[in-house]
Amino acid sequence: MASSAKAKTPPVSLTAVEMLRWAWRQLTSMRTALQLLLLLAVAAVPGSLFPQRPANPAVVTQYLVDNPEVGPWLDRFQFFDVYSSVWFSAIYLLLFISLIGCVIPRAAVYWKHMRSQPPITPRRLSRMPQYGTLLLPSSDIDPEVAVQDAAVLLRRRGYRVQLRDIETASPSVAAERGYLKEAGNLLFHVSLIGVLIAVAVGGLFGYRGQKLVIEDEGFTNTEIAYDSFFPGTNFDTDWLVPFSLTLDDFDVTFDRRETNYGNPIDFTGSMTVQERPGVEPRNETLRVNEPIGFGGTNVYLIGNGYAPVVTVRDGNGNIAYQGPVPALPQDATYNSTIVIKAPDAQPDQLGFVGFFLPTAVVDENGVAFGSDPDPFNPQLNLNSYYGDLGLNDGTPRNVYQLDTTNLTQLNGRNTSDGGIVLGAYQTYDLPQGKGSITFDGLKRYVALDIIFDPGKTMALISTSLALIGLVATLCIPRRRAWVRATENADGQTLVEYALLARGKDHGLDKEALKIGGLLTTHWSASYDRNQHEKAGSRQ
Amino acid sequence: MTPINEALGDYSELFMLLAALTYTVAFLAFTADLMRARKLPTVTTAPAHTLEPASAAAAGTGTGAPGIRWSHGGSHPTETGPNTTDHTGIGYTPLRRPAARIAVAVSIVGLIIHLAGVITRGVAAARVPWGNMYEFTTTGAMLVMAVFLISLIFQDLRFLGTLITGLTLIMLMAGAIAYPTPVTQLIPALQSYWLIIHVSIAVLASAIFTLTFSLSVLQLIKTRYQKRAKDPESAGFLRLVPAPAALEQLAYRLNGIGFIFWTFTLMAGAIWAEAAWGRYWGWDTKEVWTFVIWVIYAGYLHARATRGWEGTRAAWLSITGYLCVIFNFTIVNVYFSGLHSYSGL
Repeated sequence: MASSAKAKTPPVSLTAVEMLRWAWRQLTSMRTALQLLLLLAVAAVPGSLFPQRPANPAVVTQYLVDNPEVGPWLDRFQFFDVYSSVWFSAIYLLLFISLIGCVIPRAAVYWKHMRSQPPITPRRLSRMPQYGTLLLPSSDIDPEVAVQDAAVLLRRRGYRVQLRDIETASPSVAAERGYLKEAGNLLFHVSLIGVLIAVAVGGLFGYRGQKLVIEDEGFTNTEIAYDSFFPGTNFDTDWLVPFSLTLDDFDVTFDRRETNYGNPIDFTGSMTVQERPGVEPRNETLRVNEPIGFGGTNVYLIGNGYAPVVTVRDGNGNIAYQGPVPALPQDATYNSTIVIKAPDAQPDQLGFVGFFLPTAVVDENGVAFGSDPDPFNPQLNLNSYYGDLGLNDGTPRNVYQLDTTNLTQLNGRNTSDGGIVLGAYQTYDLPQGKGSITFDGLKRYVALDIIFDPGKTMALISTSLALIGLVATLCIPRRRAWVRATENADGQTLVEYALLARGKDHGLDKEALKIGGLLTTHWSASYDRNQHEKAGSRQ
Repeated sequence: MTPINEALGDYSELFMLLAALTYTVAFLAFTADLMRARKLPTVTTAPAHTLEPASAAAAGTGTGAPGIRWSHGGSHPTETGPNTTDHTGIGYTPLRRPAARIAVAVSIVGLIIHLAGVITRGVAAARVPWGNMYEFTTTGAMLVMAVFLISLIFQDLRFLGTLITGLTLIMLMAGAIAYPTPVTQLIPALQSYWLIIHVSIAVLASAIFTLTFSLSVLQLIKTRYQKRAKDPESAGFLRLVPAPAALEQLAYRLNGIGFIFWTFTLMAGAIWAEAAWGRYWGWDTKEVWTFVIWVIYAGYLHARATRGWEGTRAAWLSITGYLCVIFNFTIVNVYFSGLHSYSGL
């Protein structure tokens, strides 16, 4: 990128300004940029080796539990937040500063170069890497016409041309092409800054939220409706688009061929959506890879699962809970964990924890396991508890976990009477007259990510420009060409042409041959025409 | 959904096997060519096509009629010194190399069979044949061969034949042994036209990087040899391998193209990720490694313009980049958890 830094070590005595200038020159040198690049590559790797908080906070917590020795140290050095860590940020910020410090002077040089004329014609063209001569027959084309013809031809091939020494005995044309190569280089690097800004804009003014929606249930885009909501630093909840949606039906197709049995091949959610209150609702289909958009906010299908519908009756025979309860799939066959809480149960609150199996099969040890992702034989396997669910003191509780510290176990797989096993439409009466639980039906749910990223378009434009710049800078050759014509002792016109590559250029010899060939064709055509005319006038 | 044609899938596997057998023959022939080179008379690697202007336009070369006389000097000695021919490119020489000719012919036959295998696989599954690890490897191996054979039109890279057919064979074997997967429909996450764009370009970029990796390896070996050898002319089987500078220049050009494709892969991946997961970049393990590879090759391109980094060091960067591509494809796909867990294993 930048010119090579000449001073490797600072001169002996430096003022503060000189010191700064020296440091700046070091930072913006190509060598430093290269080292920072390689450092960036190395620094990015730990993020793939250790669980990362932004993606998987629960896994990080588990990692810390499993590795009490190393874990805290890794955490101290931000190995679980690599991409927002001080060291990773330092590297890429230095890299971008180096990039800016390199692009600005180069842009200035390029600006001058853009407006300059091709360089003067060297005295001895034969010293150039590519050189050739054409000897034109006498009297037809004098040197001045020859260079003018050559100039036209070179301009047609994309060269910027300038005629030189026209009034003299050896006029010439100087030409240069490939100005866009450096423009591409600058565009590429500037676009990378654009990408960085786009990412920052998304982080500052966007938001991300998650919502689980069960069939026949709905969602309205307000902050409190989200299961989890992560606003950007400067996001204002007033910007939430007031859309709403209802999941009418969720359809899952599994492959039933022998070779790929039970693998999903289609997820389709039928939605009724409303852009904003008061407008006509419309039907939309939500699929993986096909989000639904509401004015910049997009709804993505991220996951799905089963929500068994249960009725819990309390010790007094009243309905304490009725409705679908989302179960979290643990594997590809949708064997799921489920937690059911009935805080309204009297005299004691009731809680259930266990598994939901879409197709339960009992193995030789009498243990039920799920054998298919479709609900051919749905079954609930639960342990039950009574006591205080801990929901009344206002502490936020995870709905997918049952805190059993203030609960007493009623039954379970480990107790003498075994746990609750419920097939479809079955009811189980709890011990000690604490109530009952009924498996009434089954619904599916979708896990949605709802995201607003205002930096997205800019990121796309920036990366597209970067790609264009990259193609230009890597594919456009920079070449200089000169053509000079003189009259020799026999009165013939001697045309010399020469080419020089700026940087590595494997195609220079071909280009030189092409130019030589074009000149020859051009002039032999006009020579033939002249001969023909002469012959015609003689007759 | 279009049904799977399993009989055609079986034919596809048969084609792959036949292609591998054909490549084995090509591999042996390429190796024989390299070994035989030790006994060949001394020739330089100067390009065979001399830069003579076509005489079509030079009408009046006879004594009487005055026409245009064109003469082209071609390459003049420049600052590169006496080894100029090594820098101008890797052209064909008039040297007779029957083994190499056979090897190329057999490779072309192998590629046609291989192509048949890839196409039948795609037809059998009624989609593009790059939806799981087996398909990435077999299609990738085909592209490696295709890129290699196409580049033979422009440059005499037959000295790479042993390495390239060898790597292709390893890929085909890895596909058949480590990642065998029956013909299946795609899981919903992969049902996107971005699969066609993103993965095909990724595989093409990887194929190009395979070629540059081979060039860089040979560059290092040749450099090392030249430092040690007393008589650079008696280079043994390295005789047919061009000078390190020529290898480096070709690797640089190809890496440039590979880098463009890789950049596009990254972009297309980001666009797809946005459609599938709602964010264009999330530091998923696969994204991390794709980024690492991108940065390494970016470093490589910069290294060539940095004093003290050209030559051997740049070659090491190119090799490191390719090893990361392999790591990203094998280890990351199979052992690292992440959103890109589509290996089909």
